[in-house]
This record gives sequence, C-alpha cells and structure tokens, in this order.
Amino acid sequence: MTNRIETSHSSGHPRIELRNITKIYPAVVANKDVSLTAMPGEIHAVLGENGAGKSTLMKIIYGVVKPDAGEVCWEGKPVTVVNPAHARDLGIGMVFQHFSLFETITVAENVALALPGKPELNELSRRITEVSEKYGLPVDPRRLVHSLSVGERQRVEIIRCLLVNPRLLIMDEPTSVLTPQAVRKLFETLRQLSVEGCTILYISHKLDEIQELCNSATVLRGGQVTGHCDPRQETPASMARMMIGKDLPHPQRGAPKPGEPRLVIAGLSHESPDPFGTDLKDMHLTVHSGEIVGVAGVSGNGQQELLAAISGEEPIGEKHPVIICGVEAGRMDPGERRQLGMCFVPEERLGRGAVPRMSLADNALLTAHRRGFVKSGLIKFAEVKAFADNCIKDYNVKCGGSHSEAKSLSGGNLQKFIVGRELMQNPKVLVVSQPTWGVDVGAAAFIRQRIIDLRNEGVAILVVSEELDELFEISDRLAVIAKGRLSPAKPIQETNVEEIGVWMSGMWPDAGDAAHYSPASEEAKNAAQA
Amino acid sequence: MRLKLEARAEPSPLMGYLSPLLAAGLTIIAGFILFSVLGKNPLQAFYTFFVHPIRDLNGIAELLLKASPLMLIAVGLACGYRANVWNIGAEGQLVLGAIFAGGVALYFYGSDSKFVLPMMVVAGAIGGMLWAAIPALLRTRFNTNEILVSLMLVYVANLLLSWLVNEPWRDPEGFNFPQTKQFTETALYPALIAGTRLNVGFLISLAAIAAGYLFLNRSFKGFQMRVAGLADAAAKYAGFNANGMIWLGLLLGGAAAGIAGMGEVAGPIGQLLPSVSPGYGFAAIIVAFVGRLHPVGILLASLLMSLLYLGGEAAQMELNLPSAMTGLFQGMLLFFLLGSDVFISYRVKVVQPPKAQARLKEAAA
Amino acid sequence: MDTIVAILAAAIVAGTPLVFAALGELVTEKAGVLNLGVEGTMLVGAVSGFATAATTGNVWFGVLAGMVAGVLMSGIFAILTLNLMANQVASGLALTLFGVGLSAFMGKPYESVTLAAQAPLEIPLLSQIPVLGPVLFKHQILVYVSWALFAGVSWFLYKSRAGLVLRSIGESPESAHAIGYPVIRIRYLATLFGGAMAGLGGVHLAEFYTPLWVEGMVAGRGWIALALVVFATWRPARVMVGAYLFGGVTIAQFFAQGAGVTITAQFLSSLPYLATIIVLVFISRDMATIRLNAPVSLGRPYRPD
Repeated sequence: MTNRIETSHSSGHPRIELRNITKIYPAVVANKDVSLTAMPGEIHAVLGENGAGKSTLMKIIYGVVKPDAGEVCWEGKPVTVVNPAHARDLGIGMVFQHFSLFETITVAENVALALPGKPELNELSRRITEVSEKYGLPVDPRRLVHSLSVGERQRVEIIRCLLVNPRLLIMDEPTSVLTPQAVRKLFETLRQLSVEGCTILYISHKLDEIQELCNSATVLRGGQVTGHCDPRQETPASMARMMIGKDLPHPQRGAPKPGEPRLVIAGLSHESPDPFGTDLKDMHLTVHSGEIVGVAGVSGNGQQELLAAISGEEPIGEKHPVIICGVEAGRMDPGERRQLGMCFVPEERLGRGAVPRMSLADNALLTAHRRGFVKSGLIKFAEVKAFADNCIKDYNVKCGGSHSEAKSLSGGNLQKFIVGRELMQNPKVLVVSQPTWGVDVGAAAFIRQRIIDLRNEGVAILVVSEELDELFEISDRLAVIAKGRLSPAKPIQETNVEEIGVWMSGMWPDAGDAAHYSPASEEAKNAAQA
Repeated sequence: MRLKLEARAEPSPLMGYLSPLLAAGLTIIAGFILFSVLGKNPLQAFYTFFVHPIRDLNGIAELLLKASPLMLIAVGLACGYRANVWNIGAEGQLVLGAIFAGGVALYFYGSDSKFVLPMMVVAGAIGGMLWAAIPALLRTRFNTNEILVSLMLVYVANLLLSWLVNEPWRDPEGFNFPQTKQFTETALYPALIAGTRLNVGFLISLAAIAAGYLFLNRSFKGFQMRVAGLADAAAKYAGFNANGMIWLGLLLGGAAAGIAGMGEVAGPIGQLLPSVSPGYGFAAIIVAFVGRLHPVGILLASLLMSLLYLGGEAAQMELNLPSAMTGLFQGMLLFFLLGSDVFISYRVKVVQPPKAQARLKEAAA
Repeated sequence: MDTIVAILAAAIVAGTPLVFAALGELVTEKAGVLNLGVEGTMLVGAVSGFATAATTGNVWFGVLAGMVAGVLMSGIFAILTLNLMANQVASGLALTLFGVGLSAFMGKPYESVTLAAQAPLEIPLLSQIPVLGPVLFKHQILVYVSWALFAGVSWFLYKSRAGLVLRSIGESPESAHAIGYPVIRIRYLATLFGGAMAGLGGVHLAEFYTPLWVEGMVAGRGWIALALVVFATWRPARVMVGAYLFGGVTIAQFFAQGAGVTITAQFLSSLPYLATIIVLVFISRDMATIRLNAPVSLGRPYRPD
C-alpha cells in the first residue's frame, strides 16, 4: 500500500485519460465523443442524469464493455482493457451501483473471487480486517453476504477494491443505499484515499454531494460531454443547467387538506417467507384522503415486504392489519384490493409493473381490465387500445404507439405509462414505490406533479422512496422504515434531513427495542458513532 | 473476421413466422445428408419418406388420422406452456384417457345405446384430467416440480395399462394375448370418409383448435396465462390467481390428452393393448413448440409431424430403415427450431478482429 | 444375512448409473444450467458404448465412446442454450426426445447382441471384511470410479477455487461477468461434464449392469437423476444416499419375486417412479431449504453484453 504513493507522484501523466469514446447500442447512443481526464489523487465527478451514459463509460474503463471508437490512456499509455481482471491488474477498481456480490458465500470468499491467484482464506480474512480498520469500514470476513445490510455490502465492495491497491477507484452512485450519516463516513474514506494518491471517479446525479466531495467534474447529457467544471466554483443550479440543459423544475404544491382515513396499517406484523427477507414488526400508519405520506429508509429494511403486504401480493394471515377505505383487507388478493379503489405503482417496472414482451395495450389491460374491457370472458381489444392511446397521449409517453413492447421504452417513459395507467383508474388510494427511480429529470418532475395533483383531488397517497430529496419535495408527512419497523409519521415542516437520517438507523424516540433488536446491526452502531 | 450476435431493438415478427420454415428446411437438408450417409439415394428416400405416404386419398386420410391426436394434445399443452406450466406427461394422461374410455366401452360391452361413445369421450377427458391433477395438486400444495411428476406418471400409467390388459381386463378368448375384447360398433368412432380409417375424432380435434384459438388469443383468461408465462411477478402484481392458472393449464392439457387417448382406442386400435400410442404425448410437445403455441401453427405442425410418422413407416417398409427415423427427425426439427428462434431477438453481425492486439499485449506486459 | 448382503450390494450396483448422471447434472446445475436432456443423453451414451464395445470387443473403448457421445449430446444443448439463447427447458426436452429417437435408430442392429458379463474387481483385504467386504468391495470397476467421482466432485465444488467460481456463476452470472469471469465458457464446461457423466451412466447400464441393449432401456433413470439433484438439495453426499436408495427400490422387485412374495409385477416396477414423486414432494415442501441451496440463476439464460 505504500508503494502506491511513490508511483502516483513519480510522473506528471494523468492517471486516466479518455479520448473521444463512442459506444452505440442498437437502440441508443450511449457515449458519443466523450473525453475525460483525471490526475492522480483527483476526486473527479462524472455528473449526469439517468440515461446520460455515465455507467456505460465507467464499464468501458473497467473492461466490462468494449467501446466502438476512441482511446483509453492509462498513466500516459494507450491501453485496451480486455476484461475486469485486466483492469484490476492495471490498478483499476470499481464499486458497482448494483453490487456484484454473491449472497450464498462468505465475505472472504467474495473478496477472493476478485483477487488474482489463489489467496489463502485465513490470511485473506486478516488482510480484510486490516484494511477495514484502516479505512473505517468495519465488516466481518466470515459472515455470509446475504446476512449483511446494504451498507455493509457496499463496504465489502470497497474493501475488495482496496485490497488490490487501486490507483483508480470508480464509484457508481455509491450513496443511493446509504443514510446521510453513512454518506459522510464514506466521504471521509474517499478523501483519505485521495490523499494517498488514489484517483476517484465519482458517478452521481446528486449535486450537493458532488459539491462537497469532488474537485473536478465532467458533465454528460445524452451521451455527450456538455462541460467540465470545478464543482466548488459552481452552484447546484449552474451544474443542473449543464446536466439537463435547463433549470431544475420544482413541483407546485399547496397545503394539504386531509380528510378521512383511507389506508390504515394497524399493527402489521409478518414473517417473510423468504429466508433472505425482512420480517415486519408491529407497524402502524394512517394515510388520509388528500395527503401524501412518505416512507423513507435504506433499501432492504422491509420496504418490499411492507408494499407486498399492502398490495396483497403477499397476503397476511389476518384481516385487520390492512384497512383500505374502511374494509379490513389483510387477506384479500391484489385484485380484490384494487376493487376497493387502491392502485399501486411497483418499484420494478419491467417484469412486475409491466410485462416486457407485451405491447402497451396489453400492459394497459393488465390492471385496467376492470373498466369494462372484458365481456363474457373475451377481451374488447378496441377499447383497450383506446385506453392505452389516451394514456400515451395524456402522460406524454414517447413510444411507437400502443403496439410497442414495454421493453422498448426508456425507463422514464415506461414509468410515465405505468403511473398513467394506474392514475387513469381513478384510485381512492394510491401506493407508489420509488416513483422516479432511474427516471430522467423531466419525467421525474412530471410524475411528481401528477402525484401532487392527485392528492389535491383528495386521493390518499403513500410514497415509498430511497431518495430523501424527493420525499421532502412531495410528502406532507414522513415516516421511516428500519429493520422491519416503522417510525411515527411526522409533518414535513417539523423535521429535517438530519433527523430522518438518524431515524433511518432505527433510532427514533420510542423505537426503544428497535435499536437493540438486531445485535449484529453494524449499521446502527456506525450511525451512532458518526 | 467473425460473426457475432447482436440484440435487436425490437424482436422481429417476420422471423417469428420464418423460423419454423427455416427449421423445416434445415431438417430436410439434414435428412438428405442422413439418407446419403446410410447409403440410400437421397432423392428417392426423400420421396419415400415425405411424398409417397400422401400420394392418394387413403394416404391423406392417414395423415389426418395421425395428426388428430397430435393437434388435440398440442393445443391443450399450449395452454399450460403459455403460462410456464410444463406438463410433459401428456403421454401418461393419454394412457389414462384410453383406460377410462376403454373401461366404459367394456362395461357397456354389447350395448347398442348411442350414448356409449359420448360417455367414452367424457370418461377419457376425466381420466386425463385426473392424471394431470396429480402434478397440479403437488405443484400448488407442495411446490413440487410438475415436469418431473408428470413425467414419472407416464411410466406409472403405462404399467397400470399393462397390468389391466394382462390381468383383470384381459380378453378370455384372446389366446392369452395381453389385450381386451374388441370394442363393438357403438364404442367406436364412425368413419368420416368411407373406405379410410379417418374418423369423427378428427372433427373433435379441429373443434379443439378453434376453441384453443378463442381461449388463448381472445379470452381474458388466456391473456392472464400469457402474462404468467412471460412475467410471473407481473401476474401476481395484477392479482391473477397463480394456482388457478397452474390447475387450468394442467387440466386442459390432461383433458386434451385423455380425449386423444380415447380417440386411439375408439379409432384405429379398437381395443386396449399394452401400448396405445406411438409416443403421441411426447411428439405433441414438439408440435406445440413448432406451432409457436398458436393454434393455427399447431394445426400445421401436427400435419408435418404426422407426415414424419407415416414417413418412418414407409421408410421401414420400402427402404428397410428402422422406423425410429421418425423420432430422429422429430428431435432434429425441434433442435433446428430452437436454434432458428435466435434470429427473432438477435441478428448476426460481422465484426472485424480488434486491431489493437499488439497494444493489448503491450499493456498487459 | 446373505440375502441382506446381496440386496445391499445389488442396490449399490443399481444405483451407480444414477450416481454418474446425478453428479454430472449437479455440476451442470451448480453453474446455473438446467439440462433436462439427461434421459436422452444416457440413452445415446448407452447405445454408443454398447455398440462400440460389441464391435471392438473392448469394453473400455465402449466406455470412452459413451462419454464422448454424452459430450456431443450436451454440446448440442450448450450451443442452443448458451450461444443461441434458446429456452433451457424446451431445449432439454428436445434433447431427450432426440436422444430417444437417435438411440433407437442406432441400436437397431445391436438388439440381439450380448456382451460377456464383466467380472467384478475384488479389492484385496478389504473384500474379506465380513458383510462390508461383499457389499462394498466386490464390484465392477465403474462402481469404484463412481466413488472417485463423488470425492472429486465434492472436493471440486467446495474446496477448489474453480468450484467457487462455478458456484458463483450459478448464483449470479451478472456479477461473475462484472468481476471478469468467462461465464459462458465455464457454463459450457459444466454442461459438457454433465453430458459426459450422463453418457457414462448410460454405459454402465448397457455394458456392465445388464449387459445388453434394449430400446428405451434407461427407463426414466435420467429423469430420476434430475429428481435426485433436487432431492439432494444440490449436495453431492445426499446424491449418493438418494441414488442407492433408488437402487434399492429398483431391485426390490427381483428380490420380492425371488422371495416368493406375490405382489403384482407392474406395481413393483412402478415403485421407483412413485418413490421419486414422494421424495420430491417431501423435499419441495420446504421452500426455504430449496431457496437457500438451489443455484439462484438455474435455468435463466444469460448473455454478456
């Protein structure tokens, strides 16, 4: 680890230089003529909204994707990175947004898989502990990965990179899975690495983080570079203009006018049937008509299980814990719950919210069939098509028409279609998970505005999201989910990011046993230290 | 220079239709090669295999006769396959249909009631459904893989039939052969074309194709099954009853296979024998796939597969080749189809070798 | 006592084809590939081995031919599913249907041929141990080979780095690709190994166990081997236990008849199939165990971009 410092300062070459990189996929130009330079010890932001081509560019550097044109220079010499093992040999490490860890084997085995040769596991465990102490990334090398929290998994990914003494570390949207406090810890680690001479490419769309951490930035839009800048000299607004070409839109909202309770969670406890899942413990929450209640939390703390229990995809044993429009619905299936006036936008768009290989018309039929689209068992295709066409028009879905396959749409357009399909069914209760995950800024603003409009029309809305900014933007009240428990919901004016961040570690005022519940919870301890 | 597959932005509908034709063409080419290797004149062998069997009305009638059970079973299986319910035990369900129908025929032996035949159809369907209900029950109750269970039950069904014709149902005047009495007129399908073996069963199969079209392509239930097959999480999200679809998929396949089994014993065979099917239940799986799980495609594919059966018989008689050629051709057809299907979602792209080989070595050094 | 020894020894012999086929399929499935073509592969392996042994007069040429045939069969499957992205379930079924046809076709000239029975290899000293000796150490060579295979597969999967890579690919081909492992190549090797072992299982059946060729003689053992892998929750030791249990059920009918028990022959013959269903039900009920042990990507096509 010491010789890294010597090599890094011994030459005046950039650590990495990309020259005119182009990568074209059949449906989309991911990168066009992209150039980027980062010096040793630099923390360089790659900024852009979803679909701007950031991840593709990083995968090219790491040898996962081959560019169609252009050149990669490593410490002054042109290279063709043939595969990730080659990248690691060169001294490039990458922490993926979607982790590349294996759940059924231990931390040490996971690390071993990414190292050359045949490391001896005990010796490796010792090195893991050493590195984890040095950089403040506590993790137990003997544990199975599926028992780790999301934050711990990210630490494993980072340690795995650090063990090969990287001279370039690529971090792809690393903070989307962390509490605000844990983000600060991560930044300390990254700064320490930078001081030691390691270059960091930091991919994000979060402007405030980039301002805080990075000392240079390359901005991408639509696969092309729209500017280089020093984030410390910019304002979030000026960077946003580079990123999306205009000012960041903000939704219009008025004061909420809450009415009667429409969705009540009353003492919901449920054991997850999945051994890797999270058990729900005694949850309480009420959503009234005309208000938006947000649920914040780090992913993997029971969000999926809670949503499945509300939607009916995982029916619970009792009737009373889920009440929809006054009806005890705990045992009902999703169809019966929809009958009561509930609509649901799930987190996964392809494969759950929509069938990838079916047309938009067929996908409209998926949940909207109750609108008289089925007569004596047969489908009325013309009416389904008219409905889908309306949805495409009203929600500005860019596509070839109602015959286009769901798979062929971009994430943002498909999300607009799914949201439109659900909203056009005039719900009394709307449950939305990750409304704008992976969606471009324009579509995200559009979707948020539609949700707020619906609330103003008197619909009860529950939004579960991992984006705190988003929740603060649209929610009237905010609750936090942590380790299968749900905090009380606080009016948005009475709380702030700091407090919600602490709560995300499971420590809200009367959470008492929640904080102690899981003794293995490294997450909570770290947050407490921070 | 080398070839590389590249994903298409949208699957090609044209290739969806062309791929079965391509597969049929490749099978014929492979057949030519095979015949040549076996020392037969490929043209003559080809004629014997594919043309000679259907040169006259009787040949056509035989073609339709053998196609009947194939299309019937395949359309039933397609209902399940669309929902990813893999019933591969149709052969066993066919045997149970034959047993149940045969039981009715033997029970009413000598009766001249015109209700015997309809009762046999119903009994055949019930027999097939009962046999298919076992994997359905085990899958929905215990999460047991329906592929293995339905397949195991094929062997059990054959042994059950073997026991019946050897012991309780054996014809006492059958010279000790393991077989039942010959069914009487009322327990047999009437002929459709005089002088041939083609019977009313063919009309039942055609009706099944029509019903299958309505169900699979126009009905909401059929839509639900398609969703379940393409994305089960989406089916769950939409609130479609997953267990209901498993039951429906298996029972429809079972009923179709059962009626097909009934059609064999009430048609060309006319009694129960230790074997009542030359593997129709398995061949129908190929028919279902080659027919794209679409009733019209299944109709066409069943004719092709039937021709392979006739060709195998002809090859045995005329060319002195084993009739197992049939199975060989059937398997090849399915292989070629599965392979050709790649062009629906992918296209072939010619790529130049990376010129940076030298640089690559330099960098690694 | 002698009867029990005879039954146990016979159960081991009858279970050996299952050991080969199931251990091979286990390795294939651990890499995330579900090959339902075991039955067809065993049949083609059996007939290739038998025909070669009958023609050359050398059983070991037969063994080799059977394994090569198994590799070729699984190679077809690998091309379809790994290169051409065909559905694994459909391709596996196709392989079995093809194998049934091909083996019947190839086997026609050999239907009335018999091979000389192979003498067992008695292991010195060990075979003298009372009870255990005759049960374990008076077998034909392939039985011992199957034990070596068991040891090898267990070591490979759980002690070797290559095995760790194979298992990781079975869990998440995406992650394995992202950290730089050649997913397709390793899946190829695992599939071909499974094919070779299925071929060997077929050879054992046709050349050593019976020894003769009868059309369709594998009689569902390929499917039972697939069921055994599930039954064993993807663990080699349990495959062995399961295989010998099934071996025992298979031979029950001969001993029952020998003992003068009057149970319908067809019922006894159907026992292995019924037993398969029962154990499958028993194992599948426990979804958590299956979820924890089954390779996560099993049956799912993967193509690196």
